[in-house]
Amino acid sequence: MTTNALALDVRHVRKVFEKERGRHWPWHRKKDVQQVVALDDVSLRVAPREIYGILGPNGSGKSTLIRCISTLLLPDAGTIRVFGHDVVREERIVKELINRVSVEASFFKKLSPMENLMFGARLYGLDPKVARHEIVEVLTRLGLEKAAIFRPMEKMSRGMQQKVAVARALLTRPRLLLLDEPTTGLDPRSKREVQAFVRTLRDRYDTTVVLTTHDMDEAERLCDRIAIIDRGRIVAEGTLAELKAIARRNGHEPTLEDVFMALTGRALSDEQENLGVGGVA
Amino acid sequence: MNHVVRRELGASYAFVERNFNLVKRYWGWEVVWLAYSIANSLAVTFIGAGASEISGQPIDTQYMVMYLLIGTLVWHFLSVVFSIVSDMIAWERWEGTIEYTLMAPISRFTHLVGTTLFSLVYGVFHTAVILFTVVVFFDLDLSRANLAAATVILVLGSVSFIGLGIMAAILPLLFPERGAQMTNVVQAVLLLVSGIYYPVSVLPTWIRPFSYLSPATYVLEGMRQAVLEGATLGSLWASIWPLLVAGVVSVPLGVRLFMVAERYAKREGRLAREG
Repeated sequence: MTTNALALDVRHVRKVFEKERGRHWPWHRKKDVQQVVALDDVSLRVAPREIYGILGPNGSGKSTLIRCISTLLLPDAGTIRVFGHDVVREERIVKELINRVSVEASFFKKLSPMENLMFGARLYGLDPKVARHEIVEVLTRLGLEKAAIFRPMEKMSRGMQQKVAVARALLTRPRLLLLDEPTTGLDPRSKREVQAFVRTLRDRYDTTVVLTTHDMDEAERLCDRIAIIDRGRIVAEGTLAELKAIARRNGHEPTLEDVFMALTGRALSDEQENLGVGGVA
Repeated sequence: MNHVVRRELGASYAFVERNFNLVKRYWGWEVVWLAYSIANSLAVTFIGAGASEISGQPIDTQYMVMYLLIGTLVWHFLSVVFSIVSDMIAWERWEGTIEYTLMAPISRFTHLVGTTLFSLVYGVFHTAVILFTVVVFFDLDLSRANLAAATVILVLGSVSFIGLGIMAAILPLLFPERGAQMTNVVQAVLLLVSGIYYPVSVLPTWIRPFSYLSPATYVLEGMRQAVLEGATLGSLWASIWPLLVAGVVSVPLGVRLFMVAERYAKREGRLAREG
């Protein structure tokens, strides 16, 4: 894979957050600053049309990495290139190429899906007439009733809201789609529908997808390659078969959970229960 | 029209349209807010009507009513413009859309233009409704008023308030938890020092220098001279030039500071936290 052919090229990215503790008044001179390493020398490469999974527990740095790629966070060190464009120096070009769906569907909940998506369409320079038509088409394909498209989103289930978020991203035809735990908290049916839609995106529009998840099944079902991230470091990367080979012993067919345990010495579910101890979203 | 300009205008309009959609959806709140604003303006203006009885001295009541009415209407308009512009980030934080909006491929200037356009249209409509309601309660004498000169002063004042609003919008960007409340402090200080309901000459000497820094002081002085005394644009130069300077300086400075603050917020990871 040459550098120019890459959809995403992340090299030696580091991000550290400082958290102040125990300083309540400006005249308290002594500051207790805790450094939290969110990303530690992260490198990865994603080819066009690939569905690339980043698997890790909550607080492992997945969302921080997605925010750095989305131009919402500046890395302290390292470079990130999207289709050859640097996310810091060529921010505007990168913004044209990407879109993101995050774990929480970010909408003005009083507005309808149509009103929210038209706002997005205008920001991305789409023809309003064409956009209006496409919004109805995409949302009905995702299972929304036509009447629901014009009603406030506050009345919708979380699953429906997440589908609208996926539709909003699709509307702008991103070449690189960043999905940050898009199915977290969804019921199994909604989860499957969103997953099917992600595959359709790649197959129909050649979209490259980077997907973060802590759902093993989702990673297995969707991703061409998977990186396992733990405490800000990529500890392994490869196809599902390559990763499973790491933990295969005595003819036992390992799961991704086994792989995570073999690499980190901990269970993925244990990590999630211990959330909040220096964790980074 | 150039494709780039057309696209940026379309993106600016996105903010206007979205905000009007929000007004439409929150119509109940809008009615309450309008009723509150009308009651507030009437209450202030009635102080003028009762000034003679309060003091027990003969006072030109008509002049007092107009003096206070100009104060309350101009302040309402400027504070609406200031609030909408300064709340543009706080609003996105409340709704959780800040990251999505800041990720869009548009210039920050385009974002600010859209918000500003909405604030002006909304402010003019709101203030006009209050004015028409107040007219029913008071017999206003506008025979001497130079309304054209008053409009010029108000337009110039709006520009500098937009600049101040952009600077105040930095606060919610940098301080996710309390930034929105900080903008209220800025507004309260402007209300105190700008001579909205009284001449700035009654302020303590140490406060007066601050009133010269507030564009609202010049807007009020100019408006009162134009409406109460029929002053021409030429004779209002003492109010016009500070507003011109404030407008030319505050808007580009506000945009520049906002961009610096946005970069700082991106470095420190302050966009993600919700207030």
